[in-house]
Amino acid sequence: MTAAPDHRPTFANVSLTERLDEAMPLLLIPILVVLGFVAIGAPASWLTLTVSGLAMGMMIFIMASGLTLVFGLMDVINFGHGAFVSVGAFVGVSVLIALGDWTGAASLLLNMSAVLLAVIAAMAVTGIMGWGFERIIVKPVYGAHLKQILVTVGGLIVIEQLIHVIWGPDEIFINRPETLKGAVTFAGAAMEKYRLLAVGIGLVLFVAMRVVLRRTKIGLIVRAGVENGPMVEALGYRLRLVFVGVFIAGSALAGLGGVMWGLYQEVITAGMGERMMVLVFIVAIIGGLGSVEGAFIGALLVGLLQNYVAFLEPKLALVSNIALMTAILMWRPQGMMPVVKAK
Amino acid sequence: MLVKLLSGDQPRSAILTAILLVILICLAGAPFIFDGVRALDTAARICIFILLVASYDLLLGYGGIVSFAHTMFFGLGAYGVALASTYMGRGFDALLLGSVSGALAAVVLALLIGLFSLRVRAIFFAMITLAVASAVAVLVSQFSGLTGGEDGLTYKIPRVLTSANRMGDFLGTRISGKILNYYLVFFAALILFLLLLRIVNSPFGRVLQAIRENDFRAEAIGYRVVWYRTVATCLSAATAALAGSLFAIWLRYVGPDTTLSFEIMLDILLMVVIGGMGTMYGAVIGATLFILAQTYLQNLMGTASEATSALPLIPDLLDPDRWLMWLGILFILSVYFFPTGIVGRLRARRAS
Repeated sequence: MTAAPDHRPTFANVSLTERLDEAMPLLLIPILVVLGFVAIGAPASWLTLTVSGLAMGMMIFIMASGLTLVFGLMDVINFGHGAFVSVGAFVGVSVLIALGDWTGAASLLLNMSAVLLAVIAAMAVTGIMGWGFERIIVKPVYGAHLKQILVTVGGLIVIEQLIHVIWGPDEIFINRPETLKGAVTFAGAAMEKYRLLAVGIGLVLFVAMRVVLRRTKIGLIVRAGVENGPMVEALGYRLRLVFVGVFIAGSALAGLGGVMWGLYQEVITAGMGERMMVLVFIVAIIGGLGSVEGAFIGALLVGLLQNYVAFLEPKLALVSNIALMTAILMWRPQGMMPVVKAK
Repeated sequence: MLVKLLSGDQPRSAILTAILLVILICLAGAPFIFDGVRALDTAARICIFILLVASYDLLLGYGGIVSFAHTMFFGLGAYGVALASTYMGRGFDALLLGSVSGALAAVVLALLIGLFSLRVRAIFFAMITLAVASAVAVLVSQFSGLTGGEDGLTYKIPRVLTSANRMGDFLGTRISGKILNYYLVFFAALILFLLLLRIVNSPFGRVLQAIRENDFRAEAIGYRVVWYRTVATCLSAATAALAGSLFAIWLRYVGPDTTLSFEIMLDILLMVVIGGMGTMYGAVIGATLFILAQTYLQNLMGTASEATSALPLIPDLLDPDRWLMWLGILFILSVYFFPTGIVGRLRARRAS
């Protein structure tokens, strides 16, 4: 018998560079904000742009969170996600128009209840649609990426065209509720009230999502499912049910994002979801597919960068996102916070 | 000789052979068989789209890679010719330079996208191409000083290729430069199509198919998967750009809607799926059927919509503008039930 090899474990502290490397994605946002301040120079316009960048980022995050979780959980990439954004916007805006008296009144309570009703209606419709979409479109093609992409693109077209059939081919203009119009002035910078509200909603949602994912049993199952699906199933959990639940929640969130984006732009078109998909994909990719935190950071980066660049050099605003994606993929090919798959 | 020309990839079905022959004869003799400008225009479109769809099939059907940037490459070729003809004046040198630089630009861009996304995960490629293609489309419409923006560019091509060039009668048809132009398109598309057929039946094409079936195993055997996928992307991009150049030469107009829009991308996807993924002949049948339907079926839908105008909702559903919706439904159904497309069906019939 041979003796066991000599083994002396050493305890080394994690070096500063390693720790910094881990926290780097989190640090990117303050770095970008500071860089923006240096590049823009004027504090007032910098503050305005930062708030609108954060608002835009929050809305993109709301739309992207569902997509990235669905991918992490079941390896399903849903190109039809944008359709829910459009449908949510159209349903929500229809409700708001129907409640014209409430939104026109200068009362915060009436305005807010109208917006709340619109959001509930939009989320209910897109949630139910998500369920149907999962059943009819996605379910038959599990495990086949190629077919998934093709079929969900087909679903996107059909839903978009159905919007044309139901709401007509023209874009719809919408006024924000009375009390959400206008801006607050702070330190000489004008910040639109609605954008502040959007930032608030986004933060609340992100925190809620984190709590659900980190502190509850269902969150535990979802996170475990993302990491190692077969093992979770072996433990007796029906991952399919969880997945359908996440798909529905993700679709409803896309609908919420649609309403918020519609009110932000004050005009909605059937193609808006398709256009938002581009940003949503960029966010999901740079965040790391399957990672909610990564999507959050990615969305804020995209929103901030786009607003800063649009101020400095308007023509480059859209290219800035591609440049950001390229830079991040060169740095971390799997995205900023890749999900560790136990395979 | 014939077998060699087809690179040993025969249709392998009597019906398929007959259909392909009919299409070939109709396209080859289009100026003499059919009357009118519209028919000739449709025939030229079919030629160009067969080439475009075949180049996409190299990627999707043989490589198993989904790209949403194919219209971008198509547009690069088209804008290459358009810009060269606008700024160099009419002439064959402008056409040649435009086509070559368009194709080169497409290859470079495809190489960049491919290296960035394909080395990580093939699924990134679909998402990244979607993002890049939409950025390019926005850029083209923003830099309106150079590209004409939303209005596009109208330019002149060599006089020999326009209908102003009369060359007498033949078989009762007046031969004009337009017909010459058509044959330029036809033969260029034919030669490039045969070239693509050669590529997919070469050892390179076989490896590509192996990667599509099981990339892990292909890598284990010793083929560099990323390299093969990237080269396939570049080849496909170059061919698409050349198809775009042909389109620009034929149309004498280039605009974002006709070359860069997402709708054309959907059309291409549909043609590939309906015709049959993974067979070059599928591209021929898919493109021909689709263009014919697009040109002539929309009128029919308009009539149907008017005929049902008394009923609720149905006329809206049958409106010619809702043509895309029916395509979407058809698309989903064919991915589910006919993943091998028309060609796959015809070949399976013979095998059973």
